[in-house]
Amino acid sequence: MNTQRITRWAFALAVGTALGSLAAGPAAAQAPLKVGFVYVSPIGDAGWTFQHDQGRKEMEKALAGKVETKYVENVPEGPDAERVIREFAANGYKLVFTTSFGYMNPTIKVAQQFPNTVFLHATGYKTAKNVGIYNARFYEGRYLCGVMAGKMTKSNVAGYVAAFPIPEVLQGINAFTLGMRSVNPKAEVRVIWTNSWYDPGREREAANTLISQGADVLTHHTDSTAVVQAAEEKGKYAFGYHSDMSKYGPKAELSATTHQWGAFYTKVTQEVLAGTWKGTNVWGGIKDGMIKLAPINAAVPKDVVELVASKEKDIGAGKLHPFTGPLKDNAGKERLAAGQTMGDDKLAVMDFYVEGVQGTLPKQ
Amino acid sequence: MQLKLETRAEPSRLMGWLAPLFAAVLTLIAGFILFSALGRNPVQAFYTFFVYPIRDLNGVAELLLKASPLMLIAVGLACGYRANVWNIGAEGQLTLGAIFAGGVALYFYNSESPLVLPLMIVAGAIGGMLWAAIPAFLRTRFNTSEILTSLMLVYVAVLLLSYLVHGPWRDPQGFNFPQSRQFTESALYPMLISGTRLNASFLLSIAAIAVGYLFLNRSFLGFQMRVAGQADAAARYAGFDARRMVWLGLLIGGATAGLAGVGEVAGPIGQLLPSVSPGYGFAAIIVAFVGRLHPVGILLASLLMSLLYLGGEAAQMGLNLPSAITGLFQGMLLFFLLGSDVFINYQLKLVRASAPAAVAPLGATS
Repeated sequence: MNTQRITRWAFALAVGTALGSLAAGPAAAQAPLKVGFVYVSPIGDAGWTFQHDQGRKEMEKALAGKVETKYVENVPEGPDAERVIREFAANGYKLVFTTSFGYMNPTIKVAQQFPNTVFLHATGYKTAKNVGIYNARFYEGRYLCGVMAGKMTKSNVAGYVAAFPIPEVLQGINAFTLGMRSVNPKAEVRVIWTNSWYDPGREREAANTLISQGADVLTHHTDSTAVVQAAEEKGKYAFGYHSDMSKYGPKAELSATTHQWGAFYTKVTQEVLAGTWKGTNVWGGIKDGMIKLAPINAAVPKDVVELVASKEKDIGAGKLHPFTGPLKDNAGKERLAAGQTMGDDKLAVMDFYVEGVQGTLPKQ
Repeated sequence: MQLKLETRAEPSRLMGWLAPLFAAVLTLIAGFILFSALGRNPVQAFYTFFVYPIRDLNGVAELLLKASPLMLIAVGLACGYRANVWNIGAEGQLTLGAIFAGGVALYFYNSESPLVLPLMIVAGAIGGMLWAAIPAFLRTRFNTSEILTSLMLVYVAVLLLSYLVHGPWRDPQGFNFPQSRQFTESALYPMLISGTRLNASFLLSIAAIAVGYLFLNRSFLGFQMRVAGQADAAARYAGFDARRMVWLGLLIGGATAGLAGVGEVAGPIGQLLPSVSPGYGFAAIIVAFVGRLHPVGILLASLLMSLLYLGGEAAQMGLNLPSAITGLFQGMLLFFLLGSDVFINYQLKLVRASAPAAVAPLGATS
């Protein structure tokens, strides 16, 4: 046996290993930050989860090489969510975004077990040392869509298909109504509840019912594109929600209130990367770029487009607040005195319809 | 020439038992092809899907936690299905069980009495039974199809729960979000293994499997139900009361579904939410059939179904596969099982298209 050759082999191996470990050293120090996302519905090509996933992709692109993102979609709110969130944390994900209200208690529970992981929960109200919360002022976009609806309606009736009467949804209905009546005091809004975030069949039925009740502008706070499609078929107008849904209703969709999470996700992830994250409690709107109107349909006259643009500017600058007194609920009770604007604490627990919305809400 | 399915004189009992195994093997083979076609290393994919989720104690605890309501409901449904009583509404009965148990928990909100949990368990079972009693009454009194009524009552139950958590039972400190207060310690099942989420409701599910076995295979009443299912006329000739079978079949299924509802709200959820089940009541129907309506089969089938859920999540995290993978595997399993059943009950024959073909030209098969 040739001992010299063996020594050379051994030497080469040793050098190789040494070099290898050297190379691995710094690389390990820069191992990308693992970021997990938990989604309540399938991503699809429009809607709540789709917008969050767009945000994830934007963030991944902006921080290319520094982060590695993974998601689990269609996770039911409840016990399953806790398992998925825990699984992310247990697998070394140092930042986890949980993007649905029902993930609140599971997120808090898992966060207690993983104090070194940062959790960001969307649309809830519970925070902890390592749990931040974020949400967007969807109602600002709703108000602007309402202004357009007030100008475009012929029947003075708008139809609103909504999922559950929680504060966020009521803010949207009320802001839309206030926007509409700010330019058209005769306008009224009719609401149909679907009791489901995603049920295209029921959403479509609700849209058709509203149309038969005289509504000629529709919008929705549900997850599918069914309402925009129904309006397109019946030759009515509609406003999309979550995403720009114009490809489902090129004639019908006048605009949409779209959610933009990308810049926010990038900012938070950068903070966690740099080790400077100190907690998040963000409720961002037009000013922060979290809410944007989709491109306005050519059917909307130029003066209306200009009116909306100026109101958008005013909201962004803080000069216009959709919920400004005098404000009455639809039973005639004064909710806000003249000149006052509604504080975030009141907005967050909204449980009434403003004047102009037809119907009553379930009582506690 | 044409292919024809002919009824076998005597379906093989052995094959009946082996069919679920065949279905599992075929699912694995199809899964292998599927993973390869998706450009994933199939061995690694199988590891991620079927082994990784149960790699440690916590994983096993999660598997049992998820399987627990499935086996509990399925064994109750199987009692009815054996007697040809088709309760499709376990999801609604589960919801009523959760409502009744949740009502007890909220009523005794500040109580530390050790009796709160037992009371919730009893209330939950009663809630499920009451909901199942409606289709039982309609069937025995008006001969209404229990398939339709039990299914439709699911939606009523879910709306009832929705009303309660949006209205009277809403958490006063909950910012008007639709959820009840979180239950206190006395209204929650104790943990079985500390550090995991596996709680004592699992023992109840295992007990249900054992009781289900004794009832179905060793009791006279269970025998009566089987006869009623297999040979209606024989059962009537023997003087077995058909109405009693309907009532029993539905009430047993309602009780176990109600108990599963208690297991969820007094277990990993710990409060009432607008939705307390991701469709366990429907998934349990699949479990009951994959398990051949036999308690031991149901035990195994519920573990397999549970593993498919966990594996689907692991496949998303580890392999970047979409969530549809879970549904795909469940679908394949059921497809291959039903396919095997066809060949157990029928045989495939080549028939020459000669004179009789003129009589039945459009290839009418059985």
